Amino acid sequence: MSNKKELAVAALQNDTVIDHIPSSMLFKAVKLLGISQLHTHVTIGNNLSSSKLGTKGIIKVADVYFPEATLNRIALIAPTAKVNIIRDFEVVEKHPVVLPDTIVGLVKCGNPKCITNNEPMKTRFEVIDRSDVTIRCHYCGHSVESKDAVIE
Amino acid sequence: MNSNSLVSISDISKDEILGLLEQARYFEENPNHKILDGKVVATLFFEPSTRTRLSFETAVNRLGGRVIGFSDASTTSSSKGETLKDTIKMVSNYVDLIIMRHYLEGAARYASEVTDTPVINAGDGANQHPTQTMLDLYSIYKTQGTLENLTITMVGDLKYGRTVHSLLMAMQYFNPTFRFVACKELEMPAEYKDFCDKNGIKYTEHTDFSADVINSSDIIYMTRVQRERFTDIMEYERVKNLYTLHNAMLDNSRDNLRILHPLPRVNEIDYDVDDNPKAYYFQQAQNGLYARQAIICKALGIEINK
Repeated sequence: MSNKKELAVAALQNDTVIDHIPSSMLFKAVKLLGISQLHTHVTIGNNLSSSKLGTKGIIKVADVYFPEATLNRIALIAPTAKVNIIRDFEVVEKHPVVLPDTIVGLVKCGNPKCITNNEPMKTRFEVIDRSDVTIRCHYCGHSVESKDAVIE
Repeated sequence: MNSNSLVSISDISKDEILGLLEQARYFEENPNHKILDGKVVATLFFEPSTRTRLSFETAVNRLGGRVIGFSDASTTSSSKGETLKDTIKMVSNYVDLIIMRHYLEGAARYASEVTDTPVINAGDGANQHPTQTMLDLYSIYKTQGTLENLTITMVGDLKYGRTVHSLLMAMQYFNPTFRFVACKELEMPAEYKDFCDKNGIKYTEHTDFSADVINSSDIIYMTRVQRERFTDIMEYERVKNLYTLHNAMLDNSRDNLRILHPLPRVNEIDYDVDDNPKAYYFQQAQNGLYARQAIICKALGIEINK
């Protein structure tokens, strides 16, 4: 039964699957990974039933293995997400995303008077609370829960 | 990046704070000391602030250094669209130290990252103003003889007032007791109360600027309640005079009590307080000179042989 569910989207050969993304965060996750720039098969599913999350989103990308740092960006908005690496139809790796200590060039600072919104430069945030994923701007000190963060 | 830069008071340790206070005391006794001979210091004021700029420039001059700079960004190429990075890079070619004030928050941090010349933050928007904090600490230290175990009452705009936030953080090493006196709209933000809780700092909150609060304080730190901070003008009208200090309110206060204010004041301290020996805000501003002399020497890595 559960096997049938997993195959509901597509059979996969060499792929990256990011599963257990909260439905509300799916499209933010798509943006974070830069999927719109890819030319390989991409399958995005949303509002799939999940025993843990109620509903979840899933992203399957064919023939692309993302750098670990890129995948870990997802942790910012979806700490529950799991990464599956598939080679030759076999799951060879399965691990949760890991929130880094600092996040560079990804989140837009919500403070309009912050230097990062007024200079051509990369933003930089430090994780100050891992339980609710609160991040603080390295420059102006403005802090935000990352689920509310604006992705650049 | 230069590790001698001073961008935020949280960049420096307790020992460094105490070291700076000792240096400030030394400069108060010996204000003219030609140890910056041959050094050029830039004061880049992207936002006008006459008091702070004059204090810094006096400090450099009394130390025998030279000053270049500007007091208003409208006369510089940033008005032509030059980035802060480019301005800092260019000025770095000329000087030994950059002192900068900017209307954008985080500007000084960024500047310190793009140059090897040390940077002193003279205020970045509503964010940090560490030399103000040092002069506040020096004023407290000087008038009380210690920074340890004091009761410090902060009054007025505790929500937006960066001076009270920085002072609160810097006092974490010295076992203070804080009293926060403000109306609901301008109360101390939760993040600073959390900071107190996490660091075991005692505090109480009051909406009344009462005799009990005044009479149990060693320091009263007054701040200006600004009309533009209020979304509701009726609320401003209601509270604007609730947090004004009058001379009669000090009748039963402690002998060692001193009144501080970062200035400029408007009406939060009545003029009848000025002649009270407990009023300390003008000397406080003067202490800024000595504190800044100490900070400038530290940023340039200059040791003073007493």
